[in-house]
Amino acid sequence: MKLRVNGEEYLTESATLLDLLGELRIAPERVAVEVNLKVIKRADVPSLSLREGDVVEIVNFVGGGAPVISWAVWGYRQVAIYGAVGGRE
Amino acid sequence: MSDTLVIRGVEFRSRLWVGTGKYRSFDETVKAIEASGADVVTVAVRRVNITDRKSENFLDYLDLSRIKVLPNTAGCYTVEDALRYSRLAREAGVSDMVKLEVIGDEKTLFPDTAGLLAATETLAKEGFIVLPYTNDDPVMAKRLENAGAAAVMPLGAPIGSGLGIRNPYNIKIILEAATVPIVVDAGVGTASDAAIAMELGCDAVLINTAIAGAKDPIAMAEAMKHAVVAGRLAYRAGRIPKKLYATASSPIEGML
Repeated sequence: MKLRVNGEEYLTESATLLDLLGELRIAPERVAVEVNLKVIKRADVPSLSLREGDVVEIVNFVGGGAPVISWAVWGYRQVAIYGAVGGRE
Repeated sequence: MSDTLVIRGVEFRSRLWVGTGKYRSFDETVKAIEASGADVVTVAVRRVNITDRKSENFLDYLDLSRIKVLPNTAGCYTVEDALRYSRLAREAGVSDMVKLEVIGDEKTLFPDTAGLLAATETLAKEGFIVLPYTNDDPVMAKRLENAGAAAVMPLGAPIGSGLGIRNPYNIKIILEAATVPIVVDAGVGTASDAAIAMELGCDAVLINTAIAGAKDPIAMAEAMKHAVVAGRLAYRAGRIPKKLYATASSPIEGML
């Protein structure tokens, strides 16, 4: 069966979501899964069957605050700030 | 003297919350979190690497019986995305709490407050404990509260800018009107900035870049811990009013 998993085409024999997670060696309790844009409740993971063409997204938590501001932007802003203060005072 | 922060029944031992992005290694992340004494860490929701299953997750290194994981919706620019990430976070985690971000501009990372308000309302109705990241705008802070936010997280300055609390007067006005906890999120550059936020009466401070980007993140984490404690104590102690002229501290009586 052909699926789309995390943006990539994926061929599998797994008929259920639980089997797919097992095949990928992913512990179900550490992730959240979306199938065809529908978030799957944790309790529903074991009973969910997969169908040809399903779009599956598997996510977990990663270190994160905000997206990194590039140094180029920072440099620009620094200049802009000093410029503004100098101009006003 | 109990001074515990409680948000919708969830107790927080620490008034310093820390982000977990931008560190150089897992080891440094974990040591900095420990040094900060924070019992809340924010995390982002991202795709699992399905091709390299050996890649580790830093959450494996944290004592999750002691530390609360607060997922954010960092990187979301639309209401739809923010809702999607929040719902995924709820299933991936253990609580209904979400630090809601709807970003409106790439360069400043300022929030899209119209989108933020809509997303807050929707998620609150779905039973989420919503902590929206917003501007230092007293009107919007109140509107978010009325929309069901469990706490409001105004920025001190742009994310990662380290410019400190740029508008303490707005933060003060937000605090005066608020009936939910106010957590300054973003802008802190060094320990004194964190202390100022707490002296103003904020309930907590969330810091990421100022710690992760410091030359010695672990030492800075400890500095932030002390700053938040000192700022909170000073707030509760009640500072003296600012005056233009001197007031002698030694008695005049008994002088020769």
